[in-house]
Formats: sequence, structure tokens, C-alpha cells
Amino acid sequence: MATLEIHDLHVSVETETGSTEILRGVDLTVKQGETHAIMGPNGSGKSTLAYSLAGHPKYTVTGGTVTLDGEDVLEMSVDERARAGVFLAMQYPVEVPGVSVSNFLRTSATAIRGEAPRLRTWVKEVKEAMERLEMDPSFADRNVNEGFSGGEKKRHEILQLELLRPKIAILDETDSGLDIDALRIVSSGVNRVRETGEVGTLLITHYTRILRYIKPDHVHVFAGGRIVESGGAELADKLEAEGYEQYTKGAAS
Amino acid sequence: MPGADSAGEAVAAAVESSVVTRTSAPPSFDVADFPVPHGREEEWRFTPLDRLRGLHDGTATANGSMKVELSAPEGVTVETVGLDDPRVGRAGTPVDRVAAQAFSSVEKATVVAVPRDAVLPEPVRLSLHGEGGVTFGHTIFDIGAFAEAVLVLDHTGDTVRGANVEFLVGDGAKLTVVSVQDWDDTAVHVTQHNVLVGRDASVKSIVVTFGGDVVRVHPRVSYAGPGGEAELYGLYFTDEGQHHEHRLLVDHNAPNCRSNVAYKGALQGETARAVWIGDVVIRAQATGTDTYELNRNLVLTDGARVHSVPNLEIETGEIQGAGHASATGRFEDEQLFYLMARGIPAEEARRLVVRGFFAELVQQIGVKDVEERLLAKLEAELAESIA
Repeated sequence: MATLEIHDLHVSVETETGSTEILRGVDLTVKQGETHAIMGPNGSGKSTLAYSLAGHPKYTVTGGTVTLDGEDVLEMSVDERARAGVFLAMQYPVEVPGVSVSNFLRTSATAIRGEAPRLRTWVKEVKEAMERLEMDPSFADRNVNEGFSGGEKKRHEILQLELLRPKIAILDETDSGLDIDALRIVSSGVNRVRETGEVGTLLITHYTRILRYIKPDHVHVFAGGRIVESGGAELADKLEAEGYEQYTKGAAS
Repeated sequence: MPGADSAGEAVAAAVESSVVTRTSAPPSFDVADFPVPHGREEEWRFTPLDRLRGLHDGTATANGSMKVELSAPEGVTVETVGLDDPRVGRAGTPVDRVAAQAFSSVEKATVVAVPRDAVLPEPVRLSLHGEGGVTFGHTIFDIGAFAEAVLVLDHTGDTVRGANVEFLVGDGAKLTVVSVQDWDDTAVHVTQHNVLVGRDASVKSIVVTFGGDVVRVHPRVSYAGPGGEAELYGLYFTDEGQHHEHRLLVDHNAPNCRSNVAYKGALQGETARAVWIGDVVIRAQATGTDTYELNRNLVLTDGARVHSVPNLEIETGEIQGAGHASATGRFEDEQLFYLMARGIPAEEARRLVVRGFFAELVQQIGVKDVEERLLAKLEAELAESIA
């Protein structure tokens, strides 16, 4: 069973004024089949955790370990991490002019699966996945994220999640900027993947809204660059009622 | 990609100049009418004169050879004519010293003619392969009224060349011309292309520049009557040590004509230099004009530099539309990250992005083997950049 283990992770970014530590000792274990919600106020380091796990060059790991089934993730390049089974659904997916969605998806699936998917089954697979996400077929001919609405971008991210079938899915504020219909569609996509039992999900969010659709097994409160409290789904209800204030006061530095 | 004014530090910002027809001397066929440029003239300020191997100062004399191959479908004629032939110079006059030098250095011109009403089943292909030394040339493509033709001009090998090429496009004719500059990295090529678009005629030009030490192509379009249409596309891939310069002028001198310019370039290597000048003049009589020009540059490595200068001079307000856009951006790390985060290796990700950048222009070519060669060439250039 796939397991992502994060131990005492410290991460910094370089700014004009020097190096700033953002993650200050994160400990977390995510197993296949589990869903962990990471909740926290703006600026707490949630997205830094997501991007650091995916290997974004902006972030420098200064301490700690991350392993996937015992393999050192931090030693891997960005593409190696993806091929090892780490998937990051981005909050702000990037436009790639001149590259069609269908070309992008196929290139990506080929890289992840280690061989080009058979064309006939692939076309069917993509078509069905798009239908489930209520995406128009013409979407496949558009350029990656170019001129996509906020909702289209997020559906496109979840489409990739469904097609690439990672071991560990990190969803970085997938709910932000979505209206209720789009949130429902995107959430049901995530739930389909979860129901396979083959993915460990790290759901990063600011709001409790998405947790009405995606039920977490564990909820962690993130503040000041580390997990400050962990609990079950009931912790989200507490946050809904009380907000983050009690955590931010203590963590402010 | 960022807008024209937010270019990165490796990139020179676009400079606007108010005078479109900015040359240091009036157009002339006589080289003696042009002073030897010193490099600060508007039309020469971006060009490394010291690398022109004497084309600009009269020290380059014709001593080289060029292997010429022409293949053309039946009906197309080729003849060599004296410079007194009425077709010579009809599409335009040399506007700089090198073009005038080229004209002053030839005694004959080659005329390739497509007869009136002919619809060519195959492209006309003219291949020039430089075999060293200095060469000059004057070639005229005379496309008869209502004819339809595709021309592919191919430049390979090594040469120091000054040339004038004219395209006389008859009324109602349709011409597609692809000019590929795939010279050896030692070659110098300075050429003026004059295009005269007939009444209701349409021209599509695709200029593709990969090779050479210095390549400077100067396409100039004017209209012989109303209703003409010119689409001018260009692609360049400028490597370490290369200077690629494309200077365009569209002279809207007749009413109800259209022009659309789109040039895209990628640069890699610290000393790669590209220049794009896009001049459009809309004269007082050119009412109903519709024109747009665009230049995009993708800087793949630090140090590479582009000068992108769009210019629009309008003498009448009664037009359909006129606009331009220029943007130069770095290869975006965020694009690379996004693709790599989907398992795509860095090398393949770069290839996807660059191919994507050029895709819309490559599709415009419409000549299958040229498109394929271009894509293969792009792959090779990219493979080099990754190595």
C-alpha cells in the first residue's frame, strides 16, 4: 500500500531580503485510500507544502524527509515525482499556448504510464472522463488553460487526476473560485478517484465548504508553517464555527 | 506572455520611431546614390556591419558561385533578361546600399513567369545552394492575372549574398511564397523582397530563417490596385552567434486592401540577436484599409536579445482597422513546471512549448514537405539547446 511520509519538513524561499522559512517542521503520513484535509488561514504555508512536495524550484528544502513507499521524493526531479505517483492539482494552472489539451493529456499519460496508451481505448477513456466532468468535447482541441474560465481550469485539473491515477493526489485549493455547480462536479470527480481506494488524497483548503462534498478521514489545522492540531471530520465543524483565530494568534511571529 | 513593455532584462524594449520611411537616402538602383553606412543610420543601427563581409562598403565583389536548381510544373517559363526589361524594378526600387549594390552588381535578371489563368498543380521550387564566395542576384516572379501558384525558395550552403527578389502578382492572382533561409552558419545574406499586389490579388508569404551568420530580409509590399490582400508570416530560430533581421514594410497605397503580419522567433545562446521591424504606412488615398501586425519572441536562454519595433503611420482615418502588437518573453519556468508536474521530462516539455509557440504559423505554410522539414529543423535546434 502506497504511503507518503513527511517528516520534520523545513522549506524556505529566497526573497530579495534573504531566505525566509515557510515550513517549520511538518509531520504527516498519508496512506493510499485515506483523505486528509489540510486547513489553515492565508499565509500559513499550505500551498508551499503542496508545491514543495511536487518539487517547484522556487522552494528550497532545508531539512526533513519526504518518502513515497520508502523512496526519497526530495531526491527526485519534478517529472520523476509525477511518474512515481505524486499529482498536484494546482490552484492556478498555467497556460501553454499552442499545445492542445488532447496532445497534452496524451503526452502526459504516455510519460506516467511508461508507454503510449492505445489510441482507440485512449480516445474513449478521455471522452468518458470529460463527459463525467460535464466538459464539452471541443475542450480537447483548445490550448492548455488558454482562455479557460476558473471552473474550466479546475475541471481540467481533475480530468488529469482521473486519467493519470496517481498514488498521492494533492489538491491545492481546488475549491477556490468555484460556484456551487462547478464545486459539485469537481468534487464528484475527486470522489470517483477516491472510491477506487487507490489514492491517498491531501485536500488543501481555506474553506470548509468543499468538505460537504468530500468527506475527509483526517483534518489537520495548519498555522505558522506546521500542523498545529489534528483530528477527525469533527475538527472541520469546529473550524467552521470558530474560525482560525485561536491558531493564528499563537503562531504569529 | 508579458506585454511589450514588460520584457525581461535580457530583452531590449521596443523603441518607437515616428518616421516609417526612414532611410538615409531616397530609393535608387545606383549604389553610388547611397553613402557607405557607418552603423548609426536608422536602417542600419541594429545590423552588425562588420559581419557583412563588405556587402555594404563596395569591397565585396562577385567571386563566388551558387548552384541553382529550379523545378516547375509545365507552363512555367524561365528566362534571363537584361536590366532594361520592363519587369525589372517594377515591384520596387532598392532602398538601402546593399540592395543597390546587388542591383549594380548584376547584368541580367532571371524571370520566372506563371502564365495568366494558370493554376499550378505543384509548387515551383527554386533552390540556391551557396558554394562559397560573394554572389549577387536579381530574380523576378511574374504571376499572371488570375493564376494560382505556390513558390518555395530554398537557401542552403555558404555564401555572402546580396539580392533583390521581385514578386509581380497579377490582378486576381493567388500566390503563396515560402522562403527558407537554411544557410550554413558562415553565410551572410542581405535581400530585399518587393511584392506588388495586383487588384483583388492575394499573397501569402512565409519567411523562415534558421541559418546564416547574418541574415537580413527586407520584404516590402505595395498594391497596384484596390482589393489586394497580403498575409506575411515569419519564423526564426536564432542561435548563439547568429544575427537574424526581418524588416517589413507594408505600403497601403490603394483603397480597400488588407494586410496581416505575424512573425515569431525563438532565441537561444548568449549572443543570439534578432531584429524585427514592422512598418505600415496607410496613405491618404488608402481608405478602407485593414491591417494588423504582430511580433512575438521567445527567449530561451539568458543574454539573447531582440529588437522589436512596430510602426504605424496613418494618413487617413477612414479605415477598417489598424493595429500592432509586440511581446518578448522568457521561456516560462512555470510552463515547464506545469508540464513536468504531469510526468513530462524537461526536454520534451521544452519541445512542446516551443512547438506550440510556432504551431499556428507552421500550419499556415500549407506545403507538406516544407512543414515537415521545418518541424524536424525545430526539433534539431531544440535538441542542441538541451544538450
